[in-house]
Amino acid sequence: MYKSNKKKLMKLTPIEVIDLSVSLGKDLILDKVSCSIKNNSITAVIGPNGAGKSIFLQTINGLTNIDNGKITFNKIYNNDEIRNKQAMVFQTPTLLRRNVKSNMDFVSNVKNKNGKLIIKNILKRVGLEGYDNKPARLLSGGEKQRLSLARALLIEPSVLLLDEPTANLDPFSLKLIEEIILEESKKGATILLTTHDMTQAKRLASDIIFFNKGKILEQTDANVFFRNPLTKEAKKYINGEILL
Amino acid sequence: MNILLEAFAKSFELVFTLNEDLFEILLLSLKVSGISLLLSCLIGLPSGTFLAIKSFWGKDAFLVLFNTMMGLPPVVVGLIVYLLVSRSGPFGWLGILYTPTAMIIAQMILITPIIVSLTSQIIEEISQEYKSLFASLVVPSHKAIIAYLFDARYSILTVVLAGFGRAISEVGAVIIVGGNIDHLTRVMTTTIALETSKGNLSLALALGIILLSIALTTNFILIRLKIRAKRRMYV
Repeated sequence: MYKSNKKKLMKLTPIEVIDLSVSLGKDLILDKVSCSIKNNSITAVIGPNGAGKSIFLQTINGLTNIDNGKITFNKIYNNDEIRNKQAMVFQTPTLLRRNVKSNMDFVSNVKNKNGKLIIKNILKRVGLEGYDNKPARLLSGGEKQRLSLARALLIEPSVLLLDEPTANLDPFSLKLIEEIILEESKKGATILLTTHDMTQAKRLASDIIFFNKGKILEQTDANVFFRNPLTKEAKKYINGEILL
Repeated sequence: MNILLEAFAKSFELVFTLNEDLFEILLLSLKVSGISLLLSCLIGLPSGTFLAIKSFWGKDAFLVLFNTMMGLPPVVVGLIVYLLVSRSGPFGWLGILYTPTAMIIAQMILITPIIVSLTSQIIEEISQEYKSLFASLVVPSHKAIIAYLFDARYSILTVVLAGFGRAISEVGAVIIVGGNIDHLTRVMTTTIALETSKGNLSLALALGIILLSIALTTNFILIRLKIRAKRRMYV
């Protein structure tokens, strides 16, 4: 298992989201959402499809324009320095048209990280040891997602944003990714992940943000949320009922 | 039929005896087309990339212009270059009419729009594919451009070879600005046209065979590369 030696990470937390509104075209995706992400927490962002979870993560990562409101990282607005200490793993991984090693090398080059050894260790960690020369887009779904996560780990992020990182994955990939999430948390990273898997949220998360129709209906401790959700929507969602 | 067979036999003889005139023409053709292709790539690849990734006023007009220019009639290009570099033209002082330089310029005008237009389409596609990832990684523009060009290399190679194909097979423009002068500006296509009109079919046919061989070889290499790239999902 990985040693839980906390790294010296640039402090980007707490992440404060205040009255954040985001539109895509004419559609209002996030409607005045406010929340606070604690330092070194694992926050599961849950809610039905189309609730705005992915856009929420992308907005924190600076990938979408904000209509109104603000996001601050330890009281500082998002900038390239802050974004350089974040890493995002997308639900559908985008891999470069190269082999596995070159995908890693690209991130290493962009982020000025030097180290064949680091890349080798990370690939080993995500179970892709010996895959160096394999074309990345020929990997299986689980392997692609693990490579995507490996690229994110190479950044040594202070904030790790994971958009459904284990959706449709085999149990091996799922277990491996969950272990890595916990290890990164132990090392000091603040993690936000979206998921539809309530058991995964229970296994991993210290905090829950519950989204519905572009609004945050609940933000609370994970144990409290699963034991005693405050809103009827959250209760329905946890019980697997369809939210209309 | 006999005349045709005779012409074929003669053409093979010219090729396999390494006929001096034939190879002089061949080398000049490759030189003119090669240089014009190189210069067109130097202009076309960055321009196409710029058009693909930058938003600016009039961008659509540029794209329409370059797309239209892909089908420029060679004789019209030849005529325009002729008017520009002829003694009474604005660039007459350069004294390049009826030289390989004028031929290179004419071919550049013909193939640069092909390189720009197709490069732009390819880079636009790959930049859309990589957009979110590169934004998330905060990839600097210059590194993004290098990545687009590198990762689209197989598709871009197709563009380059399409440009070469257009250049090497072109006759209308080079005959106007080059003049088809023996030992100076005579290239394969102009010689084929001239020798056919003179009834000297063997030399015309020999050059035709070489021209076809070049086209076949480049396409064969291209297809092999494409298959290899597809197998690795690099395209």
